[in-house]
Amino acid sequence: MPEVALTVNHLTMAFGTRVIQRDLSFDIRRGDIFVIMGGSGCGKSTLLRHLIGLQAPAQGKIHFGDTDFWQVDESTRNAIQRRCGVLFQSGALWSSLTLQENIALPLLEFADLAPEQANELASMKLALVGLAGFEDFYPSEISGGMKKRAGLARAMALDPEILFFDEPSAGLDPLSSARLDELILELRASLGATVVIVTHELASIFAIGNNAIFLDAETKTMIASGDPKQLAVDGPATVRAFLSRGKP
Amino acid sequence: MAVAVPTPTAAVSVRQDGATTLLVFSGNWRVGQPLPDPAPALSAIGGTTGLRLTAERLGNWDSSLLAFVLRIYDAAIAGGQPIDCQQLPDGLARLIRLARAVPRVERPPAGARTGWLARLGHTAVDRWHRLPDLLAFIGELTLAVARFFMGRARYRQGEFFWLIEETGPRALPIVSLISFLVGTILAYMGATQLALFGAQIYIADLVGIGMVREIAALMTGIILAGRTGAAYAAQLGTMQVNEEIDALRTLGIPVIEFLVLPRVMALTLMAPLLTLYASVVGVGAGALVAAMVYDVGFNAYYFQTVAALSLPHFLVGLSKGTVYAALVAFAGCLCGMRCGRSAQAVGEATTAAVVLGILLITISAALLTIAFQRLEI
Repeated sequence: MPEVALTVNHLTMAFGTRVIQRDLSFDIRRGDIFVIMGGSGCGKSTLLRHLIGLQAPAQGKIHFGDTDFWQVDESTRNAIQRRCGVLFQSGALWSSLTLQENIALPLLEFADLAPEQANELASMKLALVGLAGFEDFYPSEISGGMKKRAGLARAMALDPEILFFDEPSAGLDPLSSARLDELILELRASLGATVVIVTHELASIFAIGNNAIFLDAETKTMIASGDPKQLAVDGPATVRAFLSRGKP
Repeated sequence: MAVAVPTPTAAVSVRQDGATTLLVFSGNWRVGQPLPDPAPALSAIGGTTGLRLTAERLGNWDSSLLAFVLRIYDAAIAGGQPIDCQQLPDGLARLIRLARAVPRVERPPAGARTGWLARLGHTAVDRWHRLPDLLAFIGELTLAVARFFMGRARYRQGEFFWLIEETGPRALPIVSLISFLVGTILAYMGATQLALFGAQIYIADLVGIGMVREIAALMTGIILAGRTGAAYAAQLGTMQVNEEIDALRTLGIPVIEFLVLPRVMALTLMAPLLTLYASVVGVGAGALVAAMVYDVGFNAYYFQTVAALSLPHFLVGLSKGTVYAALVAFAGCLCGMRCGRSAQAVGEATTAAVVLGILLITISAALLTIAFQRLEI
């Protein structure tokens, strides 16, 4: 297996002529918990949308393993996307489906399973995120934290190699947020997946991140990369300020 | 991990190791690929001896193995048999612990399936409990309308004019098309009968009175229900989902006045104009049919129409159109304000708005027609 799960080369992101970030280059190693951090509006979520194939780069390349993500035809790209699990900011559960159906849908669509098998796997994924017994609930009937966990269960439906998280702790209390972090760590350890997280939650960054990049809204590019604990000590001033909430 | 045989299939075998029963998992376990029959493994459960799960030449595995192991694990736990998972690969053992760390919640969801009688009862009780809300909505709206005419209502003028443009001028193309076609249909249907005794000229009376008194208002009402009523419900419903309405409430802004009033007033003010326009287009269509198919001259048709129509006909038609539009706006806003907090709820609110709108139009059409007949207007 290649060491590097995902490579970004000289990526420039833009909406029309408005450049969001330019010349981003970094590797995400297999098994890493990789944090994309930066202030509000710096393009963190936009970068995530590029990585999961929702938005095409203005310039530059994104490689999954050896495959150039934006050069291959759409069916290959879809196949790569199915090797990625995504947890959206608010869970993005389909509101007309029960939790079990939410998780079984990708299994039924792409794994060619009988409905009973898909349901069994869906129940199991719900149990993994601590939601055993909530199979028949609709998303509107559960709390925000539970929606996040159910979203995580759906992200894991197809046993992805890379899990992407968009602001996993947004809207959660510190305890739930810490539990979600533990869950992410536990799942990473047992599934051996690579995790990419977009967040500005300092507690999460230090608790689980072992590699990170920092996107700067002023210079519109990435100004630091490395272990966040290390960056807090010897990173550029902007990054140190960010990681210490502005206190010197 | 190097595997000697190219993709050995998933297998589980039962062995004895002294007093302990061993279940040995091997091969590649992949979702979507054939799995071994669980029966032999499950039949090994139930003895008094210990049960140990272990792996031997286990290749790649994913959720399918975890689901399979959990089934055995649960059966053993249910039978009170001690089970040892420590010899499974570390990741798998941890996932089993994680999956069973939180006990299963035995609580039926709020929308659990029940019998039809119970559902009927619940719906009836639910409606009854929502009645005060409905009355409050009607009351608040009435007060808001009163304040509107006194010039003391709080709403954004810019939005009000935008709504007027959206509900009035922008509805003209579809109103034109439909009233033209309805006028044509009316003229044809009447003419085939009237031509039997050479009375084609009375197409003008039929189309004129029919369009002006009834059809123009009815068609306009139905178009507005599908076009504007649905839009109102979707707009307000989405605002409800995004908590925009809660945000207004926390600022102490009267929501009915701010959101519902401008919508209801815009539609109610535009309705007579649209109805009048629909009547003119329908009569025009009738004239075209009469002139081109039944050889009635345009002039003759015009004078016949003018003679047939009188002011009360117009007033009846316009007042009906106004009532229908007000009811459509009411239905759209009511359903939108009552919307739940999900994408599904917005869809339901929109459907409900159109259905309720058309229902209210039909009921009021029947009542108004009877009333106007009795009053001999």
